[in-house]
Amino acid sequence: MTARLIALALAGVFAGAQPAAAERLISTLSTSRVLIASNFTGADVVLFGSVERDAQTVARRGGYDIVVTVSGPRETIVTFRKQRIAGIWVNADSRTFVRVPSYLTVLANRTINDIADVNTLRRTQTGLARTLLPQEIAGDIADSIREDPFRLAFLRLKLEQKLYTEQQNGVTFLTPALFRAAIPIPDNAPTGSYEVDVKLFADGVMLARTQTALEVVKTGFEQFVANAARDHGLLYGLATALMALLTGWFASVVFRKD
Amino acid sequence: MQIYLPIAELPVNVLLILFMGLAVGVISGMFGIGGGFLMTPLLIFIGITPAVAVASVASHVAASSFSGAISYWRRRALDPILAAMLIAAGLIGTTAGVMLFTLLRRLGQLDLTIAVSYLLLLGIVGSMMVTESVRAIMRARGGRPAEIRRPGSHLWIHGLPLKMRFKVSKIYVSVIPIWVIGFVIGFIGAVMGIGGGFMLVPALIYLIRVPTGVVIGTSMVLTLVTMAYATVIHAATNHLVDALLALMLMIGGVIGAQFGARAGARFSGEQLRLLLGVLVLSVGLRFAYDLVVPPTELFTIRATGEQQP
Repeated sequence: MTARLIALALAGVFAGAQPAAAERLISTLSTSRVLIASNFTGADVVLFGSVERDAQTVARRGGYDIVVTVSGPRETIVTFRKQRIAGIWVNADSRTFVRVPSYLTVLANRTINDIADVNTLRRTQTGLARTLLPQEIAGDIADSIREDPFRLAFLRLKLEQKLYTEQQNGVTFLTPALFRAAIPIPDNAPTGSYEVDVKLFADGVMLARTQTALEVVKTGFEQFVANAARDHGLLYGLATALMALLTGWFASVVFRKD
Repeated sequence: MQIYLPIAELPVNVLLILFMGLAVGVISGMFGIGGGFLMTPLLIFIGITPAVAVASVASHVAASSFSGAISYWRRRALDPILAAMLIAAGLIGTTAGVMLFTLLRRLGQLDLTIAVSYLLLLGIVGSMMVTESVRAIMRARGGRPAEIRRPGSHLWIHGLPLKMRFKVSKIYVSVIPIWVIGFVIGFIGAVMGIGGGFMLVPALIYLIRVPTGVVIGTSMVLTLVTMAYATVIHAATNHLVDALLALMLMIGGVIGAQFGARAGARFSGEQLRLLLGVLVLSVGLRFAYDLVVPPTELFTIRATGEQQP
């Protein structure tokens, strides 16, 4: 027990000591739960963060860069390509993207390509274009090639649906160490748990990273209906059919002419 | 005014949905049909997925057929035995339809199937209705009497075995074609989100020789039962029925139907058939347009439905 505690403490010391007195990153969200009620038309969650320095921290000439990546619940998505067969356009070819974020937003304080070199960005999966989008081909799962037309179409369609966004001016520095970012949650956002990943860069190097989460949930009537439909399908169907009959009967009584 | 639909998972304008319900209701009241063949495409057009549209429209059609069926029942303008025969086969057809719907959804070919079926069905039925009613109108203009039902004329259908007497309709006919019609209407209704009144009425008149006085009431009873049943099993198997959407459509629909019924009384039977034929045909052509014209966007994405933690 004691040995483990010491080991933990030592690990902590080493982890902390490695980049001698580095910056610490602290962030908080304006809310950790986005509620979808019947009047939901989208919302913004504001992220506030601060770069903590102490007396030993080296001065950064280039200033700090922040990249916020928010990814929604993962889902498997099929991208279809239409082809003309026998005169009509039908979905012919398809690729399956396995466990990719249903929602993805990347916010940065300036052009992401200027923040660090390509290898660093790739390694840290920074930016929409460098996000892993694993594809299933003949039973094998591998990251898709950047120029793959299905990958490009997937990204384009997700951008059009506003489920994927990248804002290179989405993070604002209020003071050299204090920043703010507005995370857009569109009206078609899927429900579930969203990971919020904040990365701190300076002079092309990632210095710190912090993670938090937010949840998008249906509430009130919306939640009640969605749960009923999913968990008690038969009862829900009977209730809907009954509602139809009542509406029809009511109309025939109200508008009775004879 | 926006409202978020819990199952379709997108916000829609309440007034737009009510107006759509009202507009389709006017048409359904005018022609004595459910209006599903218009409502489902309209919902798809405003961005609701075909699967949710088909499943939700079923309950809307059930509501409008029920209010119609009640008023026909009051006037005794329906044949309960014939309706029962149609319903027995209709329920089997609906079950088979929902099974096919579930299978196609899993294969990712549901949207295409819905589009192609709309094109084929509405294209064929619409063209037939238009040519038939134009001919009838021409005949009437020419002063010749409209073709009346000749007691001696028999189709091959009338030679089939298992004959049964339907007292209200005053017909003596094999139950086989009745079962086939009931099954087909239930089947395509469940797959395409339509009650099928616009096909059922002509089929009963021309194939079974059901008198026009009881045909609409009888057809409404069938669509009522198959659509209410389709609502229940769509909800139980695919969980795609949006009750909120359905409620808004129903409210608009039953009100619109009252105006439609009054407007319909001003037209002759041939004119109504021509109007309905043109409407059916144009919806079919709209689907043809989407299938034939090179799309601006070749790609579509669709979640497989299985959310991973």
